[in-house]
Amino acid sequence: MGKLKHAIAVAVLTLVTTVGLYFLFRGMFALPTAASSQAEPIDTMFQSHFLMMAFLFAFIMVIMIYSVAVFRRRPDDMEDGPHVHGHTGLEIAWTVIPTIVVVGFGIYGTIVLGDITSEQDNEMVVSVVGQQWSWNFEYPEQDVQSARLVLPVGQPVLLELESNDVLHSFWVPEFRVKQDLVPGQVKQLRITPTELGNYRLRCAEICGTSHSQMMADVQVVSQADFEQFLIDSAFRYSDLSPEERGQQFYLDLGCNGCHSLDGTAGAGPTWQGVYLREEMLTDGTTITVDDEYIRNSILNPNDQIVQGFNPNVMPQNFGERISTLEAQISASEGADLDVIADIIAFMQTLDQ
Amino acid sequence: MTTLLKIVRSRFAFAVVAAVFGGVIGALLAAIVQAVFTLEPIANFIKFLLQFLLIPTAVIDSIYPVLINVVSVLLIVGHLIVGLGSGLGLFQNTRLGRFLYFASETSFVWGLTGQVTAFFIGNGLVNGIRALAGLETGLLNEPAVVFGAILSIIGSLMGAGVLTDWMLWIGGHETPLKHGAPEGKPEWFRYLTVDVNHKVIGIQYGITSILVLFVGGIFAIVFRLELAQPGMQFLNFDQYNTLFSAHGIVMIASILLGVGAMSNYLVPLMIGASDMAFPRLNAFSYWIGVPSIMLILAGMAIGGWDTGWVGYAPLSLRAPLGVQLFLLGFYMNGFSSIASAINIIVSTITMRAKGMSLFRMPIFVWAAVAAALIQFTATQTVGVALSMTIAERTLGFTFFNPANGGDPILYQHLFWFYSHPVVYVFVLPGLGVISELLPVFSRKPLFGYRWIALSSLGIALVGFLVWAHHMFVSGMSDALRIPFMISTMFVAIPTGVKFFSWVATIWEGKLSFETPMLFVLGSISVFLIGGISGPILGTIPTDMHLHDSYWVVGHFHATMFGGFIFPFCAALYYWYPKITGHMYKESLGKLHFWLMVPGFWVMSFGQMSVGILGMNRRYADYEPSLGIGNTQILITLSALVIGWSLLIMVYNFIASTRTEPVADTNPWRSRSPEWQTPTPIPEFNYDTPFEVVGDPYDYGLASSQYVNMAPAAAGD
Repeated sequence: MGKLKHAIAVAVLTLVTTVGLYFLFRGMFALPTAASSQAEPIDTMFQSHFLMMAFLFAFIMVIMIYSVAVFRRRPDDMEDGPHVHGHTGLEIAWTVIPTIVVVGFGIYGTIVLGDITSEQDNEMVVSVVGQQWSWNFEYPEQDVQSARLVLPVGQPVLLELESNDVLHSFWVPEFRVKQDLVPGQVKQLRITPTELGNYRLRCAEICGTSHSQMMADVQVVSQADFEQFLIDSAFRYSDLSPEERGQQFYLDLGCNGCHSLDGTAGAGPTWQGVYLREEMLTDGTTITVDDEYIRNSILNPNDQIVQGFNPNVMPQNFGERISTLEAQISASEGADLDVIADIIAFMQTLDQ
Repeated sequence: MTTLLKIVRSRFAFAVVAAVFGGVIGALLAAIVQAVFTLEPIANFIKFLLQFLLIPTAVIDSIYPVLINVVSVLLIVGHLIVGLGSGLGLFQNTRLGRFLYFASETSFVWGLTGQVTAFFIGNGLVNGIRALAGLETGLLNEPAVVFGAILSIIGSLMGAGVLTDWMLWIGGHETPLKHGAPEGKPEWFRYLTVDVNHKVIGIQYGITSILVLFVGGIFAIVFRLELAQPGMQFLNFDQYNTLFSAHGIVMIASILLGVGAMSNYLVPLMIGASDMAFPRLNAFSYWIGVPSIMLILAGMAIGGWDTGWVGYAPLSLRAPLGVQLFLLGFYMNGFSSIASAINIIVSTITMRAKGMSLFRMPIFVWAAVAAALIQFTATQTVGVALSMTIAERTLGFTFFNPANGGDPILYQHLFWFYSHPVVYVFVLPGLGVISELLPVFSRKPLFGYRWIALSSLGIALVGFLVWAHHMFVSGMSDALRIPFMISTMFVAIPTGVKFFSWVATIWEGKLSFETPMLFVLGSISVFLIGGISGPILGTIPTDMHLHDSYWVVGHFHATMFGGFIFPFCAALYYWYPKITGHMYKESLGKLHFWLMVPGFWVMSFGQMSVGILGMNRRYADYEPSLGIGNTQILITLSALVIGWSLLIMVYNFIASTRTEPVADTNPWRSRSPEWQTPTPIPEFNYDTPFEVVGDPYDYGLASSQYVNMAPAAAGD
């Protein structure tokens, strides 16, 4: 009868502890937001694992702590315990039952794996290239390149992963799935983003010195925002001729606010026929509007003011803005451009 | 040959070596003096003090740098003279002089001397050839370093004297197997010198293991302090990467040494043998481990490496120079594993006491043999992977570099075919200790002895079929990774058998809670954390999230601590009175336990928690936006607590040697044969061979006996 009492106590305690631990594990091992359709079945599987973990941990620890509390030897008791050296039935039970459970988990895992890796209709291909220590993304169908990964919500995506040097690994925790990049091979990973938001891609395979800095921004956006992203990214300064680029910079930097192209007067001189024009300055000297004069007037607007115009009208920070723009273009397109030279080239096309 | 050996190992040679060591120590001190006393605040302070001697300031300023140089020179010359004098035996009336006199003869000093000398010979040879061929030369020229390092291992073995007998055999000389303490030398001398007694080798393994454990532990503490906060505080990326890479391989070396300690010391005692089957090979397997670890540590100094302990190609092919010494040290350590495994297997098969059938062996022997079987059969493949990488880097072969047509995935297969099973080399002996100690402190038979014994073999066997689960996200086809998922899940079955048998052993027992028992129970709880956090990594869909995250770090640290560190501590406390003849301090042992177990629980769950939230493994830094800052601080604090608690253990063991010897040869009332022999254990373990007449764990069976220590001679 005494034996039964212990068994019942352990059974009850195990049950209570299992429930407690399950909720503890759910809190302690909180998963990040689930942002892909692949995350759903994986998270369900996580929960079943947590339940199993809670039960096993509770079962062994309850028996152990219960024994520690109840089956103590008194210091003066030199007798040995009961001579029980095994129980074949128990041994078979705790071999067979775990076998069934682990095979069950194996089958469950196989089904989920099939689910999250299966090909979907209407997949969009994105090529992911990793190198020490940065990421690049190519949208071959849209002919777009980007330093960040932008995905339309609800769109099944097939990532084709390549590496230029060593092993890397693609992991966005919110998408749950992970895949190594192997140089010389193309690996595949399927993701269907479901939650709008900004996430982070971090390399998950040691790749040298700055491994922990090999990151990229990941954005899941609406279909409309994605279209906009494609348009924004499709435009590449380096694809244009210097004259076209100059025109673009004329607009981008806001020169058109003061400098007309058709001879009408503004806050600044018109650019029509400006190149190599003779101008009288406020200090009485005459100069030719050549490359050197234009460059100086953009970088130091107050230096040489043409008669009839006022100093302190043109902002003093164009030098800074232009170098920032050049750095951005260099980063996104890998082209080192001279913005002012392009603007001068554009000016040369503006005849009288 | 013998004359040459006599010249090399003469008193004069010892004195030269001692003088060189003295000179090196003096030079180090001089360097410290040079660095410290030229610091401006310190220099100003000393100059200020000198003014009270009424010396003019101008004079002080001019003599101060001279003074520093004089002190430095004196330090070097003084140490040189003390070394030379001690080596010649001039200062034998002082303790230090006596210590140095004998220290200059130890294999440790000679091994190190041999290693350094051989390195420069090899290095110089390659540089000389390269100079003649008109190629680039230099002390840190890669081929020169590699060849020097290979020779350095041989130099170390020759210097230590572990090859001497074998070399003499080649010359046709017979050499006797020298047993017993060396004559006319202090007691400690044996432990620093090549000795063939398995108990001495076991202790050498054990102490080296603890020292190396602290080296690896300090690396971990340093980068854990860095990780306590986001942002880089005091390390740069390369230093961080070198530290975590070295932490991994140094800890593995430490664990292998610890496994060697337990197997070497205990297996011959438990099976009733007088020593191992091949005592000289046994010494070799220890003495090749020492220079291997030296190479790995030297690798940190010559540039470090950033590949982790796995050394994946092609990163390993472009990592800094330090990676070469890491690969070579790792490779050479493999010899130690293989040689040691041969000894364990052969000794157990051929040297068991009369009546000790396989199922009457102490359960630890089963575990040690299962581990040895893995070491003997799997180590070769990692050797292949490592040596191919060295050859690809040094000689220009193509094996793994895809740019030249190699296959980086091949490396991973070769690597994990060893490196997964080796995990069971680490944990099986530890689990054996748990099974060995539980019946003693529960006063009950080990529940399901045969099942536990066979589960060790089961784990070893399944361990060979699961290696590719380390590569679930490497891009293998599903046709490969699904079978590996199923086989991985099968590891849970024999592991489960062990857990269930352990709790069934303590159930209704008569438990007492001395420090070894506490550590055994602690081991079970920690190994359980490792166990339950495993299947979630074994199923591919969940592994796709957790792979290479901190969850993995939490999982395998729990496995290593529960399967090795905690049982190793239990074993140290348990056999300490047998090894030393003294009892450790129970209060300090309990303090160690109550610091280390909660500390480890917090660390483990903390690591798993940050991993699931998105903390990458092997990351020098993390973004505050991950929201894991507090948990990271907790992990670092727990690491510090664990480190301090282990220091308490070491202090306990050192301090307890000064206490009164224990009178009882068998303080734990164990049935195992090693407790029936006197303390200290005789040179050949048992004066008369014992006979096994019963089962090992029949506690509670009246008038049963396991070993008959003095069988009647007529019985033979």
